[in-house]
Amino acid sequence: MANIVEPTIFELSSPGRRGVTMPASDVPTTDLPPQSLLRSDLPLPELAEVDVVRHYMKLSTFNYSVDGGFYPLGSCTMKYNPKINEDACRLPGFLFSHPLQPAETAQGNLALMYEMQEWLKEISGFAGVTLQPAAGAHGEFAGVLMMAAYHKSRGDTRRVKMLIPDAAHGTNPASVGMLGFTVVTIPSDPRGNVDLEALKAACDDTVVGMMLTNPNTLGMFDEHIEDVIKMVKDCGGLMYGDGANLNALLGIVRPGDLGFDVMHFNLHKTFSVPHGGGGPGSGPVGVSQRLADFLPSPLVDIVEEGDDEIAPLYGFVAPKHSIGRMKAFHGHFGGGLVRAYTYILMHGADGLKDIAQYAVLNANYLQARLRGTYRIPYDRICMHEFVVEGRFDGSDVRALDISKRLMDYNFHPPTNYFPLIVPEALMIEPTETENKDTLDRFADAMIKIAEESQTQPELLHGAPSTTRFGRMDEVKAARELVLCCWLPEGYSDQ
Amino acid sequence: MNAPENLKYAKSDEWFDPATGAVGISDYAQNQLSDIVFVEILVEEGEELTVGKPIASVESVKASSEIYAPASGRVSAVNKGLSEKPETLNSDPYGEGWMIKLEGGAAGDLMDAGGYETYCEGRAH
Repeated sequence: MANIVEPTIFELSSPGRRGVTMPASDVPTTDLPPQSLLRSDLPLPELAEVDVVRHYMKLSTFNYSVDGGFYPLGSCTMKYNPKINEDACRLPGFLFSHPLQPAETAQGNLALMYEMQEWLKEISGFAGVTLQPAAGAHGEFAGVLMMAAYHKSRGDTRRVKMLIPDAAHGTNPASVGMLGFTVVTIPSDPRGNVDLEALKAACDDTVVGMMLTNPNTLGMFDEHIEDVIKMVKDCGGLMYGDGANLNALLGIVRPGDLGFDVMHFNLHKTFSVPHGGGGPGSGPVGVSQRLADFLPSPLVDIVEEGDDEIAPLYGFVAPKHSIGRMKAFHGHFGGGLVRAYTYILMHGADGLKDIAQYAVLNANYLQARLRGTYRIPYDRICMHEFVVEGRFDGSDVRALDISKRLMDYNFHPPTNYFPLIVPEALMIEPTETENKDTLDRFADAMIKIAEESQTQPELLHGAPSTTRFGRMDEVKAARELVLCCWLPEGYSDQ
Repeated sequence: MNAPENLKYAKSDEWFDPATGAVGISDYAQNQLSDIVFVEILVEEGEELTVGKPIASVESVKASSEIYAPASGRVSAVNKGLSEKPETLNSDPYGEGWMIKLEGGAAGDLMDAGGYETYCEGRAH
């Protein structure tokens, strides 16, 4: 298997090959644009259809996917995506609608969006939901815009600081930076909670709010969540919840009830929209009553009540002090909303609760099996994920070596080197979809690798050795940025 | 780990040379980051810095980190060659890997070499 290289589609090209033969023209011909507007240096590949299909078929077998194996990539919630979602989003009524067609002619789509807003409100305990944001960080940006608009509407313009724990996702400070606010990092305490003393010291009347991921990236539910929220609110700040880890809470804890003011959902994590490969994601945002008037516009609402005989009429409405549009049209409708809607419908309220319970059970089972073999820096009952250190006393094996060796055992590696507060971090999130046999095989492999790190460390340093390609040179890839396989005329590669 | 006696160290792993005003990241820091692939100095010559202001952004294959001013003062020199050769931070963190030089200011709350070594050992476990 090793080192079988598939040429690029450009290398497979041969002049004159083509997929279809054009029939002789039976319409009048017209002149081409002037020569100065034409270019001949675009090296479009020339291949027959069968060659193209075989090329991409082959490439697809190089890939590792959640349909092919266990994928415990921490904080990404790489759960299996049920195939009924694919049926639903290909229903002709969804597939062949256009975002510009009149709302009266797309009532099914609007009904789905309205119900989705209502369901997400019920799941999260919030007063309002927008479906527009394209993905998680876009949802964060929308949320922070609403927080800023809220303070501004009250003439409270001194607030410039956002509090962010050191166990947060990296997108949080990035979203805050987009608005020009200052990030104040709040450390974690030895149990993986927000350090209350540090939080207290940072809380003053210049605080916009706090962005808290709960459970955080250590997989820990904050044991003082109510104190944290109270402290932030007492100084006039708003609470932002990063919903990336909502999978741990479904049907059990509602962030709105805890006192959060705003939270984004990652439909591509919690609600089984395909994830990875660049998207599309989907990042709806829920808000409390005091932010509801600032939601992006438009929202879907019932504009004419129905009755037993007649369905209600759905339409678009604008919140009173809306921050405006976050996206052209209405969010990732078919790719995101319809799949997530199907997933919620298939599970129902009890099923959603099961998801959280099995996700947490699976993570705790794996944590228990690895305890004693791997150092667990924040060692208590975890939520949907946990973090171990990928290093051993007296060994030069690192988290990266363990990750690569896992590929030899046909597992996707966990997230490594994140969160930053754990040295040589391996962040493991099994999700609820995995059975005990799979979890045991993974734990067995992790334990075997720990043994190998003592007896045959060269196996780890050289891993992977059974995959199609061996260890990639990540340093070279990052230092020598060659993103193009050909250079247009007149460009040199120096 | 290597921590020269003549330098002072910040908890966030920058070193400061009180004699020359030079600033960089410690051997411990470059080792933790592993292979550094990108460096951007965020300040310019002549700029006045306060302690804790971000002076550079460093990326390795593992993580991206901000580097903070361990001392105050005016930036008298910037190591412009560093962005072309980020690996210098790995190979020579206390020499060719200097980032900026400061003058006319005061060091922040810094540790001596012995104190810094103890601090780093405490973090390893």
